[in-house]
Amino acid sequence: MWLCNSSIGRKVVMSVTGIALILFLTFHMSMNVVALISGDAYNMICKFLGANWYALVATLGLAALTVAHIVYAFLLTMQNRRARGNERYAVTVKPAKVEWASQNMLVLGIIVVLGILLHLFNFWYNMMFAEVAHISVPHDPADGFAYIKDTFACPVYVVLYIVWLVAIWFHLSHGFWSAMHTLGWNGKIWFNRWRTIGLVYTSLLMLGFLVVVLAFAFGVAPSLCCAA
Amino acid sequence: MAKNISFTLKYWKQNGPREKGHFDTREMKNIPDDTSFLEMLDILNEELINEGKEPFVFDHDCREGICGMCSLYINGHPHGPATGATTCQLYMRRFNDGDVITVEPWRSAAYPVIKDCMVDRGAFDKIIQAGGYTTIRTGQAQDANAILIPKEDADEAMDCATCIGCGACVAACKNGSAMLFVSSKVSQLALLPQGRPEAAKRAKAMIMKMEELGFGNCTNTRACEAECPKNESISNIARLNREFIKAKLAD
Repeated sequence: MWLCNSSIGRKVVMSVTGIALILFLTFHMSMNVVALISGDAYNMICKFLGANWYALVATLGLAALTVAHIVYAFLLTMQNRRARGNERYAVTVKPAKVEWASQNMLVLGIIVVLGILLHLFNFWYNMMFAEVAHISVPHDPADGFAYIKDTFACPVYVVLYIVWLVAIWFHLSHGFWSAMHTLGWNGKIWFNRWRTIGLVYTSLLMLGFLVVVLAFAFGVAPSLCCAA
Repeated sequence: MAKNISFTLKYWKQNGPREKGHFDTREMKNIPDDTSFLEMLDILNEELINEGKEPFVFDHDCREGICGMCSLYINGHPHGPATGATTCQLYMRRFNDGDVITVEPWRSAAYPVIKDCMVDRGAFDKIIQAGGYTTIRTGQAQDANAILIPKEDADEAMDCATCIGCGACVAACKNGSAMLFVSSKVSQLALLPQGRPEAAKRAKAMIMKMEELGFGNCTNTRACEAECPKNESISNIARLNREFIKAKLAD
């Protein structure tokens, strides 16, 4: 199967799963922003995406995408280290046009995964998992708004989430155009276009997440004063 | 005006692919800065031979930047600090008095060291053998204008064909990937009508050979195009990806 035994095929898997995960982030960010406007509206979404069959199926699909992306990342990195040989250069210089992120995608990816684990512990465990497993948790599993307030009341979590978002930004600043490049949709003209589109898109995406974190950290979300 | 410089040269010595290598250090005195880098190494070797020592081994041939035989990883750059130039086109005026100049071989699992800084780049020949050609029925040459080729395509194909197969892309790549070389060699034929009939077969054969020879997976860091002495562009890599994916989907 060419998706396993050829280098371009393996990279196609990285690209397609990566793009799918970017689409998921877009979806996730759009929902988060609702929490700024109204707690009730946000909780409606939480209920809709709780322990329903379609939400569970989608969660499993998402988990499969994530696992595939990570497994292939380690596989590719192992092969690349082997291809590099045992002897390392004594002097190395990073050429100016080489992005820092492009050479550190695995490290950034590991930070992102740690962030995901923290995030699952903060929210998913108390919400979908609690509902499926019938565990008693501090708030109603569908009261996502209460969990947002709880989590970002703690400054340590706020800092960790910001570090996480910055890591995702760097990861996607390379990952976005790189995915398009691997799928063959690139050339001398499209290279700059994809890089710009990728940077703008990633920045907007991460700003969307960041605004919610900061608004709740400083207690200035409009939904806090008016709705509740 | 040419001036003379003195510097410390650290050069890699290794007796064979499985031997342990090490750096030898030598103070080079009063080298005219209009000496080419390879001539400077010739001076080093003359000194070593006069002292009854073993000379330093490195690859070179045409010494005018077109054969792809010279290599050397100099101060962290394949082909040294100059851009768009091979080691043989590098002159000592790029360096300063008192510098430490470190010379290493191409380091990659696919390029075993033969001796010192001479490495076996035969893997590239094997990739070319796998598909880097067109099958042509010989006979009377046809009229040059029988197949019309747009000027842009001809120029682009020529740019791809300027790749001399030196292996600097592999040496520069943190993944030891040969994608810039393979993509240039696929592109130079894929862009021309004469190369199209075998395009799918060629992309698949060359990629699978590259795989078999133990080159790494490209992660689009662009280090290769930054260091390429012939300024090959990674847009070639996108073209190769496109050719390969199309070929596989058409199977």
